[in-house]
Amino acid sequence: MDLAIATGIQALTGIATLLLISLGLAIVFGMMRVINLAHGEFLMLGAYSAILAVQAGVNLWIAMLVVAPLCVGLLGVVVERLVIRRLYGRMVDTMLATWGLSLALIGAVTMIFGNTVSGFSAPLGSVRIGAYSTSGYGLFLIGATVLLLLAVWAVLRFTPAGLIARGTMQNAGMAAALGVPTERVYALSFAAGAAVSGLAGALMAPFSGVLPTMGTAYIAKSFITVITGGAAMLAGTASASVLLGGVNTLGTFATTPVLGEVLMLAVAILLLRLLPQGITGRFFRRAL
Amino acid sequence: MHRRTVLTAAAGGLAAPLVFRHAALGADPIKVVGIHDASGGLDIYGKPMVATLEFAMDEINAGGGLLGRPVQLINYDPQSNIQLYTQFATQAATRDKAAVVHGGITSASREAIRPLLKRYNTLYFYNTQYEGGVCDRNCFCTGSTPAQNVNRLVPYIMQKWGKKVYILAADYNYGQITSKWVVKYFREGGGDAVAVDFFPLDVTNFGPAIQKIQAAKPDIVLSALVGGAHVSFYRQWAAAGMKQRIPMASTTFGGGNESLLLSPEEGDGITCAFSYFQEVDNPANAAFLQKFKAKFGAGTPYLGGELAMRTYVGAQLWAEGVRKAKSIDRMKVIEALESGIGVDGPPGRTVLDPKTNHVTLDVYVAEVQNKGFKVLQHFPGSPPSDTQSVCDLQKEPNANKQVVVDVRI
Repeated sequence: MDLAIATGIQALTGIATLLLISLGLAIVFGMMRVINLAHGEFLMLGAYSAILAVQAGVNLWIAMLVVAPLCVGLLGVVVERLVIRRLYGRMVDTMLATWGLSLALIGAVTMIFGNTVSGFSAPLGSVRIGAYSTSGYGLFLIGATVLLLLAVWAVLRFTPAGLIARGTMQNAGMAAALGVPTERVYALSFAAGAAVSGLAGALMAPFSGVLPTMGTAYIAKSFITVITGGAAMLAGTASASVLLGGVNTLGTFATTPVLGEVLMLAVAILLLRLLPQGITGRFFRRAL
Repeated sequence: MHRRTVLTAAAGGLAAPLVFRHAALGADPIKVVGIHDASGGLDIYGKPMVATLEFAMDEINAGGGLLGRPVQLINYDPQSNIQLYTQFATQAATRDKAAVVHGGITSASREAIRPLLKRYNTLYFYNTQYEGGVCDRNCFCTGSTPAQNVNRLVPYIMQKWGKKVYILAADYNYGQITSKWVVKYFREGGGDAVAVDFFPLDVTNFGPAIQKIQAAKPDIVLSALVGGAHVSFYRQWAAAGMKQRIPMASTTFGGGNESLLLSPEEGDGITCAFSYFQEVDNPANAAFLQKFKAKFGAGTPYLGGELAMRTYVGAQLWAEGVRKAKSIDRMKVIEALESGIGVDGPPGRTVLDPKTNHVTLDVYVAEVQNKGFKVLQHFPGSPPSDTQSVCDLQKEPNANKQVVVDVRI
């Protein structure tokens, strides 16, 4: 029984991790159809913002939950102004530009901080579950992810800004004809996506260590999750995270870490063969 | 994603060759090339190794150089990237025409450049503790091997903690082979391994592994994990509250400056065996550390376990070989080295074994204490018996291989 609970928590942590690292990408892709190849670097910059803030004496929680999303969100505004705005509707060009941005960011961070691993320890100590113990921070990660998902959903579902955002997402031309400043909606969406990525990177930092190339470890996984999820931004990412994160963690338990990853990729490939439009192309079609 | 490494590689490649010139000694310098990862995931080992190699070369030059010539050290930084290893090794052999190459940290990097340097007839020193079995007259392995370190570590921890071990190892030749040795020594002592798990070098999430360990209920956890990413295992282990419940030993922890990366609460008590620890208490070590600190000042790296010290000793052994051969000709130096050269230094006495080109050395068992080590046991004069059992370069001078020692378990 204890083992089942401990394993369940571990699986939930894996799912939360995947959801967390994919959500920012899903917002940008879902809202704007922009494929942001610099997504991994947004995560990385979130982690660096947090670690620098901690080193500067800022409280750990403020560094992770406030400083990191703020810094990366601001960067998102700048990137949207300078790069993304000029390339709307040109998907391949956007990919190329954001890829260049990702290389530039890795290079810049490597030059400033060096190609070396830094990190800070997870707060919150450990939690006993019968004969097992697990890290309290893992549980916090699960809770934070659920809250973040709910917050994004509530904003989109219940606020006027969310209504405008959804309208722009569904039919930008019509929204513009009704007087919605679509350019500003896009700019804010991109900044929001970047801020969520920054937050995710900071939350992952105590687990993963922080280095300039850490984004590369995440970007493939987050893309697979978003694509497997399909058109519905939140429901898609969440369902894909549950499926792939669950398979990965349980596969790792049953076999080895390598086979766990292989199993997850195999499931993603199989799924895209059966459901080319992603999970939400078939199920939860009317969800957000 | 290779494209991402391309840019960092290109940028680093331009900046990498740190050339140290010694104008004081006028003659044509003897070129020594060092190839160590001073950046990337392995920099926790590489940076101190670069420092000790610089120190050794400065010391040689301060003593008048070798054969009346100064030595010139050329350092390359392969950035924890195997491709750059082969590139820099080729450069060292063909462009720099190095008298000797010191370098390689992981066994994977060694096996990338060892055959290459043999082909180019360039003398090679590998100064890292590793899994044993390299049989190549051109390659001198000056670090300790499982018959020297694991052989001492396992009886100590079994006697102290119990007979059931859970092994976590890095997923490449070092981890694969070393974990077999650990199992062998545990079985010889009447114990056994409940499980062996392997992790690629970029794995950072050890959550599932930690739950599996709890389910298996071992007496001891033994880590043969490698590099900066794997350091997160020790953090997660402590965060899960496991440190108070199951004691840990490691064949790799503290080889570099891992102990500095963890807080005392996370690190204290991890038990390791190496052929040197910075805390080894003898006059030679005290004198060395004093001079070392004088050179690097506030930036003095912590040496931890043996990797950096073995690099220093490797450089000393090579210099002894050159002095004895009165030449930097590769074969003459090899023959001089194989005449049974030894040096006394901070880790104790190191003697080259002409049969295997490995070394007989002192081994220490120590535990992490307050970001450093506390030395618990000292075993002088341990021979590399694992490699000796499979390699005889006197009989087979043309051997060029790594024999995987058939660990009978």
